[in-house]
Amino acid sequence: MIQIPGFSFQTGYSRKILMAGLVVLVASASWLFLMFRTPGTWTESEKVLISSLWIENLPPPVTNPGNAVATDPLAAELGHNLFFDKRLSATGEFSCASCHQPEENFTDGLDKARATGQSQRNTPSIVGLVYSPWLYWDGRRDSLWSQSLSPMEDPQEQAGDRMHIVRLVTQDEYYGPIYERLFGQVPDFSDRSRFPEHAAPAINPALDSAWQGMSTADQELVNQAFANIGKAIGAYESLLVPAASRFDDYAEAVLTDNGENPKDIFSNDEIKGLRLYLDKARCMECHNGPLFTNFEFHNTGILSYPGDLPDRGRIDGVREVRKQPFNCLGKYSDASPDQCQELTYARDGAELIGAFKTPSLRNLEGTAPYMHKGQIATLEETIIHYNDAPLAMIGHNEAENPLGLLPFERRQLEAFLKTLASPVAVDERWLQPPQ
Amino acid sequence: MLKKNSLFIVCMLLLGTIQVQAAEPDSWQSERGRFIVSYESQLDPITINQMHSWTLHITAADGSAVPDAELAIAGGMPEHNHGLATAPDFEPLGDGDYLLQGLRFHMMGYWELELTVSANGVKDTVIIPLEL
Repeated sequence: MIQIPGFSFQTGYSRKILMAGLVVLVASASWLFLMFRTPGTWTESEKVLISSLWIENLPPPVTNPGNAVATDPLAAELGHNLFFDKRLSATGEFSCASCHQPEENFTDGLDKARATGQSQRNTPSIVGLVYSPWLYWDGRRDSLWSQSLSPMEDPQEQAGDRMHIVRLVTQDEYYGPIYERLFGQVPDFSDRSRFPEHAAPAINPALDSAWQGMSTADQELVNQAFANIGKAIGAYESLLVPAASRFDDYAEAVLTDNGENPKDIFSNDEIKGLRLYLDKARCMECHNGPLFTNFEFHNTGILSYPGDLPDRGRIDGVREVRKQPFNCLGKYSDASPDQCQELTYARDGAELIGAFKTPSLRNLEGTAPYMHKGQIATLEETIIHYNDAPLAMIGHNEAENPLGLLPFERRQLEAFLKTLASPVAVDERWLQPPQ
Repeated sequence: MLKKNSLFIVCMLLLGTIQVQAAEPDSWQSERGRFIVSYESQLDPITINQMHSWTLHITAADGSAVPDAELAIAGGMPEHNHGLATAPDFEPLGDGDYLLQGLRFHMMGYWELELTVSANGVKDTVIIPLEL
């Protein structure tokens, strides 16, 4: 006889029932173990998360309301040419593509961008940014078209000036007619007493003085043409979205009956890495959605670049985007005010001190070094950073809890992240300088 | 006795695999009981990373609509110690309805919206929980 409080088991018949109970217990425990531990066996709630990352669930590209030609193929053609045109820089040496190199996934492999001078931030990829409400690490621009204007005049980047650029583009024998078809008649910029050779506001005293000498109406004519040039470049950049990666093939095999065996697509380490991504490593908190980013601003305790003061990030970026004339609410935008919700409802506050925009993780292996100043050289060190969760130098590290990933788990997570490599989903000709 | 116990064990094992979800309330009372707030989201279900608006309906404890309230909103994710991703605002629509514009949630998980209602010399706060 077996005595357990609350139970009274007799030998014989009752032992059979006890055995049956044990069998049920062991079978259930095994089922639960297999359910949660076997690589590649996903619960329904995990499948929902995997589906949320699958590129198939990327909505159609958001047509930027501020750019009326954002989806115009002719504008994309013009923008493609301008993107690779070094004449838009002061020295004739640098185009957009000098730093956003197509063969480097539209980055440059440097910690901080170098063109005419040394930039203060790391060159981000452009791929998928048509979906981002904010541009730059600190979101100081709110559209591709307005962003593309800044490097042209930045003394460290292309170092040009809008008066010269506008005249060059509108009077070019190839660009001029296309410009007219897209944006209407080109203003007559030939009168040098009204339109100096070089002029731009707040770049340097000489350019600023020339700009201030122009009438407000003439400044607006130049600004409008300058904005139009940005809109053509924005239309080209809008084409640059990622194609399916190996992760997306895996997600499709897991989520649909397409006949593929998921385990033929992912190794055990990659499957375990995905599981860590969804849960223990907490990546999904910010790197969520089909582009693996929420395009929001977070302070994650990234240390300063050696020798630099800590970068204030979004707290300055939000102030700048509100006051700059080429934003969504400005007179050169094609949007109505109610289409500018991101700008209208942009937040301030101490949380934005030292906060930077979450980058997409698609193709991250090809975009090292990482972070806003390229402070972290490798993917392995990046994972270690989040595993350690150091205190922020300024502001507060949102990712303040160490992850507790073991060394083999960090390797598995890295193996998964490398499955996000994919080409750009456009014809190869868009990735080459135009013929 | 024995059969009953065996049955109990099997039932418990089966129950362990079933998720029981309580029905969510559709209105929330303020902390001091002065107001009751319900809402309808422009997005249903609410998804992350999408700007959208809610229509709030505010009534007093006696069920009468509160049409002229001053409203303030705060909120965030208690587990993550951060606030909202946006700075939403309000537009009165009449009959105790208010358009809450500019909401965007940037993470999955548990959120709380803290709505402060001031009307007729009374100020009270209602916490609206949200699981995304």
